Amino acid sequence: MSSSTQSQYCTFYVADHLFGVGVSEIQEVIRYQEVTHVPLAAHSVEGLINLRGQIVTAIDLRRQLALPERLNDSLPLNVVVRTEDGPVSLLVDEIGDVVDIDESTWEATPPTVGGRIGDLVQGVYKLQNELLLVLATDRAVDVGASTGI
Amino acid sequence: MTQDDDLAEVIGEFLVESGEGLDALDQAFVELEHDPKDAGNLAFVFRTIHSIKGASGFLGFQNLEKVTHSAENLLSQLRDATLLLTPEITTVLLLAVDAVRQMLLNIEQSGADGDADHSDLIFAMEALSRRPEVSTESKVLNSQEPSTSQVATSDQDGSDDSGETVYLENNEDKSVGELLIEAGKAQPEDVQAALQAQLAGDPRHVGEILVEKGALDSSDVVEALNTQRKESGPAVNNSTIRIDVALIDRLMNLVGELVLARNQVLQFTANQPDSALVETTQRLNLITTELQAGVMKTRMQPIGNVWSKFPRVVRDLSLSVGKKVKLYMEGAETELDKTIIEAVKDPLTHLVRNAIDHGIEAPEMRAAAGKPSEGTLSLRAFHEGGHVNIEISDDGSGIDSERIKAKAVSSGLISSEQAAKLSERDASALIFLPGLTTASAVTNISGRGVGMDVVKTNIEKIGGVMDIHSVRGVGTTFRIKIPLTLAIIPALIVTTADNRYLIPQVNLVELVRLEADQALSSIEKIHNAPVVRLRDRLLPLVDLADVLKTPKKNQIPPTSLEGEGQGEGVLDTTFKPINIVVLQADDNQFGLIVDEVLDTEEIVVKPLGRQTKNIPAFAGATIMGDGRVALIIDVMGLAQESGVISQSRDRSAGEAHAASVVETVATQPMLVLGVGSASRAAIPLSAVDRLEEFARDIIETTGGKDVVQYRGSILPLAYVSQILDLPSTSDDIDVLEVVVHTSNGSSVGIVCDSIVDIIDEAIKLQATNSRPGVTGVAVIDGRVTDVLDVDFIADSVRLSGPGRSKSYAVVAS
Repeated sequence: MSSSTQSQYCTFYVADHLFGVGVSEIQEVIRYQEVTHVPLAAHSVEGLINLRGQIVTAIDLRRQLALPERLNDSLPLNVVVRTEDGPVSLLVDEIGDVVDIDESTWEATPPTVGGRIGDLVQGVYKLQNELLLVLATDRAVDVGASTGI
Repeated sequence: MTQDDDLAEVIGEFLVESGEGLDALDQAFVELEHDPKDAGNLAFVFRTIHSIKGASGFLGFQNLEKVTHSAENLLSQLRDATLLLTPEITTVLLLAVDAVRQMLLNIEQSGADGDADHSDLIFAMEALSRRPEVSTESKVLNSQEPSTSQVATSDQDGSDDSGETVYLENNEDKSVGELLIEAGKAQPEDVQAALQAQLAGDPRHVGEILVEKGALDSSDVVEALNTQRKESGPAVNNSTIRIDVALIDRLMNLVGELVLARNQVLQFTANQPDSALVETTQRLNLITTELQAGVMKTRMQPIGNVWSKFPRVVRDLSLSVGKKVKLYMEGAETELDKTIIEAVKDPLTHLVRNAIDHGIEAPEMRAAAGKPSEGTLSLRAFHEGGHVNIEISDDGSGIDSERIKAKAVSSGLISSEQAAKLSERDASALIFLPGLTTASAVTNISGRGVGMDVVKTNIEKIGGVMDIHSVRGVGTTFRIKIPLTLAIIPALIVTTADNRYLIPQVNLVELVRLEADQALSSIEKIHNAPVVRLRDRLLPLVDLADVLKTPKKNQIPPTSLEGEGQGEGVLDTTFKPINIVVLQADDNQFGLIVDEVLDTEEIVVKPLGRQTKNIPAFAGATIMGDGRVALIIDVMGLAQESGVISQSRDRSAGEAHAASVVETVATQPMLVLGVGSASRAAIPLSAVDRLEEFARDIIETTGGKDVVQYRGSILPLAYVSQILDLPSTSDDIDVLEVVVHTSNGSSVGIVCDSIVDIIDEAIKLQATNSRPGVTGVAVIDGRVTDVLDVDFIADSVRLSGPGRSKSYAVVAS
């Protein structure tokens, strides 16, 4: 996997899980933007945001990962990732640090991790105090399979 | 600058100008066929060929010179009326034009005019020009010493009456010899000597001879050629420049962004008290609008640019299929955005070809039908309400709807029952289905599979609509309505559930507002489908909130029949006025109910991302004045989603579109169930084990679930009305209709209100989002029907995991 050679990860929290995406895949991190909802779209599509004149789809990572819904009093942040089809924003709870990763701490996702997390996490780095779940961005922005049940 | 660069530049100019001239020639020839004596056209054709010949001689393109020379000879006789233009001559001359075009292409690519053998063509032209008596001195001069004609004729100016028209022409273009003398580069006697040498058989040109003799420098000849070209070009050329299309595209994009920024500024300043700011903003507004119009205008081209090739297409095609076709063109000056012009080029060509190949009959058949043997194909273009309409009509045999139906049925595109129900008009529209060709045999013209569906898809891709009107024996008319431009479109802003949506004006027919009491009386329901009588015609109504499955703010009042039970006064206060946006989708009009109609705005269409672009109801998005994103409604998609137009004529005809829509076509027999008073659901027949009726009083409950004892075990029940979140009408009925489904060794009873029918037809299943228990939605038996996910339903009510259910059931009983 291409990102296993990356050593710098941008990290963020979604429902108390620490996720990471290789810095080269990240376009920018911006505060909460007003979202236009898209009726009939997949459940995990939160809507569209105006990113300096460009229209970008925002995907709620909690829903995409089948994690519990965000509480109403907290506004999500946008992690804008580069994809083949242009930028896509991932809505996360909190932004962490950019961390340097020791490649030797990588391990494949344990087979017992099922569900959407198991599908979307491509591996785990064992950090000092916690586990960094490496998000497969191509799958994280793919809403075709998740019908939001 | 070296001489080589000079020469390259000269050749470049020569190519551009010759190319432009050639494009106009095709048309001129076809016009000439109708009026062979049109002196203006003849002169134009002669002049064009003549300039190419002149330049090719000097530039040393011998093959090109030979062909143009022969063509020129033939043309000069036509112009002098010693020879009359026949179709044979036209064909040969058109072939010559093609040959010249090919050689120009070669020059452009390789710098040489190629070594293709044109001797047959030259021979043909010479044979044709030799036919009449050629007696006048000028003819001899022209045909025998063509390369000198330029100089020689001007030397003899006025001395030869018979060739007056020729010389008048040549007076416009001064000869190179003359120019050289005028510029003081060459002596009159040197030029004269060179001319003599040519007459004596020297094959070279005046310039070449002079350079050889050392009388002048070759750069002087090039200069003289340039001067000649400049002088011969019309003065209007000086006021136009050529601009790279990419640059204009970029300007257009920037203007689009500016329009958005302007909209935003306007919104911000709307409530500002500062009058200077407001004034400045208004000026900005005005200037932006003008700039937008100006830049847009630079991209506008007359549709005639596309049409100009049709006379030739029609001529060649009608000759090759042995038909006589007269082409009328009206409104060639109608202007369209360049990108749209490009986009309609192929569809139009296809329609023109189709009209000749399939539409217009052979002369004998026409005569037998009492029509003039010459068929008529007319192209019409005109502006109407911010769009351009293009009509292509022929007076041919029209579309044989029976044959189309039979073909569609035999190709498995529709069932014979469906075919029987189709109206004449709908049957004509079947030709837009992919995979349907009416040509009984594949010809080299049409019937090769690039069908009408592609034409229609291409038109729809640029936001256009297309329809067909055909009367058997009288003719066929295709009507295309396209926007003037793609980049910035006017759209109507509407709201539903506090969200703004944009409806492109191209689809907009009118706005209707019904006050609450009016709404009550004029909106009626046919089995839950609301309709309104609009000028004595029924207009089906679709609630935007329903289609988009967003919460409703406004309610359609129940029909007066239903409303009788309730107090009318209550209704009047409950229901607000109803706004209906009347839209056109294909041949159908329908009314879209929205909460509010706000305003129109010029919007810049931006595409949707991968995650959202497969929703048929949306065409894109735009950024509104307040900086927020708003969705643009795809009226065609919306009409299909809401069942206004049938799925069989769905746009997914286009492969590109089909790929993006999650749908499956299946010919699986379906058991259709009635739910509530109007809704329908379906279950694949293969998932149905048995149909049972249970008395309501045998229902027991366990663990909060309804169950019945059935064949010695416990059958959990699932209610379709609950799955679909619909009210059930069977609550007060004593007997339940139950579909028994068995999988993994355990059964489940699916309770519905009525069993409607078993339908076996091809269905297009459109996957739905976020509706547990529903696989998708399809049109079955002409009704929108939810297709149930039986496995999901079974799992949701199963008493325990599979495998253990049996023993559990035994214990419980």
